[in-house]
Amino acid sequence: MPHDHHDHDDYHHEGMSSSGHPYRADNDGPLTYWQRLEIAVRELLVEKSHLTPAQIATQIEVMDARSPANGAAVVARAWIDPVFKAHLLSDASAASREMGFDIGPLNLIAVENTADAHNLIVCTLCSCYPRNLLGLPPDWYKTREYRSRAVREPRAVLREFGLDLAESVTVRVHDSTADMRYMVLPARPEGTEGLSQEQLASLVTRDSMIGTGLPRQP
Amino acid sequence: MAERVRVKALTPPGHVRVPWYLRGKTGEIERPLGAFHNPEQLAYGLSAEEKPLYRVRFSMAEIWGDAAENPNDTLDAEIYAHWLEKVVIHAA
Repeated sequence: MPHDHHDHDDYHHEGMSSSGHPYRADNDGPLTYWQRLEIAVRELLVEKSHLTPAQIATQIEVMDARSPANGAAVVARAWIDPVFKAHLLSDASAASREMGFDIGPLNLIAVENTADAHNLIVCTLCSCYPRNLLGLPPDWYKTREYRSRAVREPRAVLREFGLDLAESVTVRVHDSTADMRYMVLPARPEGTEGLSQEQLASLVTRDSMIGTGLPRQP
Repeated sequence: MAERVRVKALTPPGHVRVPWYLRGKTGEIERPLGAFHNPEQLAYGLSAEEKPLYRVRFSMAEIWGDAAENPNDTLDAEIYAHWLEKVVIHAA
């Protein structure tokens, strides 16, 4: 095999790529129990004609196509349309569907950041996240560290994200323990009066809808 | 005045969706959410009856005591009715 030999270039360290970074091990180890189970169930569903491989691929594409841009569009509309904002805060699922987003059976609650209150979303039990609107969660959202510290010391966690809140601002943490999913409606940045809905949406970051950040300044 | 409830301090076996750190803690009903299939049966593929679900708001002081960063910060969680008991405040 072509890579079995070692070259003896002076400037190549053992196990390093030519650009000086360590090689990452190939992920071609044996399948885990759960991977084998998933393959077995999937192949059974296909063999018994409950699903086609094309349907499965399409569903993966639909999930991958969802992104924080969907949530950003919802937030931007709430910033300029008070009737829509009231709808979003009373029934976020219906408001998202009204904008044309196919969010499936998602039960969504929007919580509003104000001058007096800052909201933070976490799922301590697993990794519940409004995927059907915002796409897949960031890796850190699923870590044991974020999940445990967000409820115990949210202000310290927020400082690590670069957000140092005044003591006068109440922190409201939302633990997604059952059937609801949450998104933060961040406060509209100052100095954005003349911006269009699309320009406003470009200021809305994923983290600002989780509560670990604020929208960008224009 | 919001209804005050205490999370039952139970430790049943199996899949439950009440975080350990909230068991035995007292909070207020923030809003009712409607009825949802009980995850304690759903997790095992059993036919699960619908149970009322509530959002309960706790103060950080109630959960963490003196260790709370700010006692007036809050934590909201979704708790099923069968895990909640009413807190009766007796008049002095």
